[in-house]
Amino acid sequence: MTEKNISTHQDAEVHVVKPPVYFAIFFALLVLTALTTGISFIDLGVFNAVIALAIACLKASLVVLFFMHIHYSSRLLKLTVAAGLFTFMLLISLTMTDYISRAWGMF
Amino acid sequence: MDSTSIATTPHELESSGLPHAHDHPAFMRHHFEDIGQQREAASFGMWVFLLTEIMFFGGLFCAYLILRNWYHPAFVAGSNTLNIALGTTNTAVLIGSSFTMAMAVYSAEMRRKGQLILFLTLTILLGFVFIGIKGVEWTTEYQEQHVPGINFSIQEFVHPTNPKAIPLAPDMAEKTQLYFFLYFAMTGMHALHMIIGISLLFFMVWRASRGAYTAGHVIPVENFGLYWHFVDIVWIFLFPLLYLISRYR
Repeated sequence: MTEKNISTHQDAEVHVVKPPVYFAIFFALLVLTALTTGISFIDLGVFNAVIALAIACLKASLVVLFFMHIHYSSRLLKLTVAAGLFTFMLLISLTMTDYISRAWGMF
Repeated sequence: MDSTSIATTPHELESSGLPHAHDHPAFMRHHFEDIGQQREAASFGMWVFLLTEIMFFGGLFCAYLILRNWYHPAFVAGSNTLNIALGTTNTAVLIGSSFTMAMAVYSAEMRRKGQLILFLTLTILLGFVFIGIKGVEWTTEYQEQHVPGINFSIQEFVHPTNPKAIPLAPDMAEKTQLYFFLYFAMTGMHALHMIIGISLLFFMVWRASRGAYTAGHVIPVENFGLYWHFVDIVWIFLFPLLYLISRYR
């Protein structure tokens, strides 16, 4: 039971997120939902998909950071989430490199 | 006090002189140093589970990405049969249920039993509204003969009744089944997660009414909240991919 141990655990002390933060995030998510639906009715070519996915990523980040408290969490939890997303992106990228390059040299 | 009890007793109790003093709350397990460490470990475990869920849904998203690129016209035609108004409403409903769930976690932290039960019940109600609207959409798709394997007709895609829709060649029109297969697989898996979540919520309302989560032990509410928000995030990505991005392609 060293002093170092005790202070490490106090870092993990729980931060209670207050309702005004939840209200603000809820409101922002509703605005972004209206925005993404509205933009889908405008013809932007390939950018329709880019903007829709960018807004979805923004909404997901708000949920993860505030509803799921990662913004207030320890480095261990932040790193866990980051490692998961990194692994997911890695698997998608490797799969796509296969599919994109399959037909190379066949034309 | 033997060495084992020193190693397993929170340090503030070391000088109490009692053999294995039980001054810590009953919900704190002996292998944790303090409540903070126990909550950290619980959150970490829950996140590792959610990462496996990301990989599970990720496989479906990856299949959607590849097949949409291969059979782009079919996916656009399939997507344009969906009802954007119902999809947007459902997104708002699910975001609302995430908000009430977040407030339920706050209520448990504040040890307010009535408020906790209220917010858990609201989350159940919004969950049912979501499943209900989804059910209306699935019924419509069944009536339009868009359910692969049960009743599917390419008629609407080869000879569209909507003058603005672009007719597809029969072989491409067949590929709309892939779109609808993924649509039902993804929304179905998402709905299954919600049904599991709603079942757990009923159990938690019962436990909360007996005061289980309002005496300091908020870990079950918090971890369920993480699960519920994760299901919300899956829908946040399903909504644009299935409903929105094909409108002008």
